[in-house]
Formats: sequence, structure tokens, C-alpha cells
Amino acid sequence: MGRQRYSIFSLLRNAVSHNENWQQAWRSPVPRKRYDVLIVGGGGHGLATAYYLAKEHGITNVAVLEKGWIGGGNTGRNTTIVRSNYLWTEAALLYEKSLKLWEGLSRDLNYNVMFSQRGVYNLGHSLQDMRDIERRVGANRLDGIDAEVITPEQIKAAIPMINISRRARYPILGGSLQRRGGIARHDAVAWGFARAADALGVDIIQQCEVTGICRDGGRVTGVETTRGRIEADRIGVVVAGHASVLAGMAGLRLPLESHPLQAYVSEPLKPVLDTVVMSNAVHGYISQSDKGELVVGAGIDAYNGYGQRGSFHTIEHAMQAIIELFPAFSRVRMLRQWGGIVDVSPDACPIIGRTPVQGLYFNCGWGTGGFKATPGSGWAFAHTIARDEPHELNAPFSLERFTTGALIDEHGAAAVAH
Amino acid sequence: MLLINCPWCGPRDESEFGYGGEADITRPADPDALTDEEWADYLFMRKNPRGLHREQWVHEHGCRRWFVLERDTVTYRFSDDTT
Repeated sequence: MGRQRYSIFSLLRNAVSHNENWQQAWRSPVPRKRYDVLIVGGGGHGLATAYYLAKEHGITNVAVLEKGWIGGGNTGRNTTIVRSNYLWTEAALLYEKSLKLWEGLSRDLNYNVMFSQRGVYNLGHSLQDMRDIERRVGANRLDGIDAEVITPEQIKAAIPMINISRRARYPILGGSLQRRGGIARHDAVAWGFARAADALGVDIIQQCEVTGICRDGGRVTGVETTRGRIEADRIGVVVAGHASVLAGMAGLRLPLESHPLQAYVSEPLKPVLDTVVMSNAVHGYISQSDKGELVVGAGIDAYNGYGQRGSFHTIEHAMQAIIELFPAFSRVRMLRQWGGIVDVSPDACPIIGRTPVQGLYFNCGWGTGGFKATPGSGWAFAHTIARDEPHELNAPFSLERFTTGALIDEHGAAAVAH
Repeated sequence: MLLINCPWCGPRDESEFGYGGEADITRPADPDALTDEEWADYLFMRKNPRGLHREQWVHEHGCRRWFVLERDTVTYRFSDDTT
């Protein structure tokens, strides 16, 4: 449909016309009565699913239904860290697929998602931490994923601001480094997938909340929305924190609990940190955005919550960890704070697959680690919907694993408390 | 920070408490008699409602007793009736 390509030439051309002739990046169509596939949830995962449905499987009669605006949920509420150094092979291969897609994503989408492979450090603060790190690095290498064990001196050489004193409350004894890990610009990920999916014919429908899932004898027939009823034989639900609510509309129960997860950014600083630092033991993670803000992630609040905000002591706890690692940051003022609602599963791994309702697919349970998986999640979910069976990468992540007992226990094993 | 009304100690800061998740889940009397689906439902499946939620708390750094409160998971406000 004659989509303008973004390039240095289009930048120059539009600059001379005072940037008044940029094409809209995606349409805002009126929903049709019927689609082949409906994707509920216009976050990064949902938009990626629609994109890969169209691109990889040729299914273009697709609508993405978003109750707010695209990327307004968890896609824009994370700390943008991308890595694939998970312990268990099932998880590591899924996240590695995603990381491989990240590596070509800007070119693939013709949209700069500002993916920056600046490396991810996971720190160890005790002998047991270091044993776990060595085990995980070994496991990663066997899975063909780049990983290395590093010493405190190597960490200090790469990150001059960090405190490696042995007299710290939780001294840094070493860590792991995944050089291919990094960060990306989260808004651009949503916008890039939206624009690319729209160009392939996908309808992106915002301000359209799903209020019911219509079924007929054990199979889906469509959804009720705030903009009327829309029919489809295949419906993929990828709504993060609200997965249990949507499942309830179809009479299903999920093994999920929704919790607030908070993060915050500082005032912009000159460059001080050109990589990503995560610590499991003291629980904090930090990077510096291209705007200069320090981006800090906290842990989840203990209680169930849908309020997109959490308790202050959770923020304080993460800040203590960051100041422990970077004493100089104690003077930095925090600028903004936010919370997202994450759907945490019992084994800290996602659920991507079919449900007992024919034609209804769920992609949920990403918990605190969904952003890094955005392209891989969409890719695997698109395959699952298009073929009505999971790809081998996401087959272990079925809902049935909670009945068979074949959990993929990444809790505490996945480089940061999840 | 939530202000949690411990039935024995009165209102205290959330940081004194531990969270025990959904209330009213009873361990099946005879687990061997259950199907795998029923056992999975007991073990893993949760209501996780958006709205009123009956949940367990323990006053970890106080009287150390468990109790059940109802709370709205959107406003985070506790309902008045306590069990």
C-alpha cells in the first residue's frame, strides 16, 4: 500500500519540507465485522504476533485490538533490557531466538528500535552466587549462547563507577557477562511492529476493549468489544497482567498472579554507564538511556495488584541496592517512577499455546521479563496460531505443563530474581 | 506502602507483613483420589481477580499470626469486614 520507506534520504527530503509531509505510520481503521485472526492486546508482543502472522504465514486479515493505545501498557513500562542467558535449555533457546530477531529487527521493520548491544553484567555477591553463575554460563555455552565468567577487576575495568571493595556489605565477587545483550527503545518497538504490520494489511484498532469472548460448543466465534462484536475463528490473547481476566471470560483458570512491578528514571546525566548491570542478590538493575537517564528496575510488590502502582518501600529497596553498587549515584535525583502489571507464573516462564477452547490461544505469564522476548514471543505465537500447534521452541511452554508437572523452573535461576 | 489492619495489633506498615496470596484454598483431604487436572487446579490455578480479593497476610515482624483480609486489587483499599 505504498508505504514510505524511512532512510537518510527520507529524513533529508522531509527536513526541507519542514517535516510537514510525513505519512502516518499506521492507519486507524474502523473494525470490520469479521477477521481471520484477532489479536487481543496491542503491546509489543501482540503487534509482533500480528506482524509475523502476516510476514511468515501470509495471514493478513488480522486485527489487533487494544483497549488503550498501543504500547501504553508494559511495553512502555519496563527497563528495556534484552538478554538470553537463561539457565534451562527450553527457556534459553526461546530467548535466544528472540535475541537473534532483535539483532536484525531495525532493518527488518525499517524502523530504528535503537537496539544497542552494550552487554549485560550479572553480579555475584557470594560463593553460592558465583557457583550459580558458573553453572549458568556453562549451560549457556552448551546451548550456543555467548556468556563468560568475569572477575571483579574485569568488572571494575569496564565499569569505573562500580564499587568492588571487599568491605562492602555485599561485596562483588565476580559476575557473568553476555556481550550480545543490551537495551532497546521500547516505544519504538511497539511503533515499529505496528507500522510494519499495518503495511502488510493488519488493522490496528485502538480504544477497543474486549469485554467478552464468544464461544459456541467449545470453540471461539469472536469477541464482544466496546466497539461492537467482532467475529473470528482464531483469537490470540496476549494481555500480560490482565491474562486472568480475559481467561475468565472464556471460563478458563490460569496459574497466574498479577503483581505491580516498578521502575524509575533519574534526571539526565552525562554518560556514566555504557552497559547494563544486574544484581540478583541485592536486587537491582540499572542502565543509562541514550537520553542520559539512569533507568532503574525494582522487584515486584508482594501483593496481587492491577493498579499500575506499587509501594514505596519496594522502590527504596532497589535504590539501596543501586547505591550499594554505585555509591556516587546517591546524589542523583529521580525524575519519574511508574508501575506495570506483570503476570507471574509459578515457574517464572511464559505460557504460549493452545487452550481447552478450540481456536483460543494464550500468550501470557512473562512475568517481569517479557520485553526482551518481544520479537521471539510474537514469532512463536504467530506460528502457534497459524498452524494450530506450537513451534518446537514454545512447545515446552504449554498450559498443560502445570498438569503434567513438566515445569521449567527458572525462578532464581534466570540471572535475576524474576 | 499499604497500611494493614492486623486483627490483633491494629494498623501497621506493610513492611511488617508477609503476603500469602489467595485465601480459602483448602488442601484436598485425599490427594491420591484427584485427577492430575484437579491437583493442578489446587496447586497452581488462581482466581487472580481484578477487583475484590480475599487474601492471606502474616504479621511477620509483629504477632506472627496469619489472617485473611479482603482488598480491592485496583484501588488497593481493604474492605472493612475482616475475618
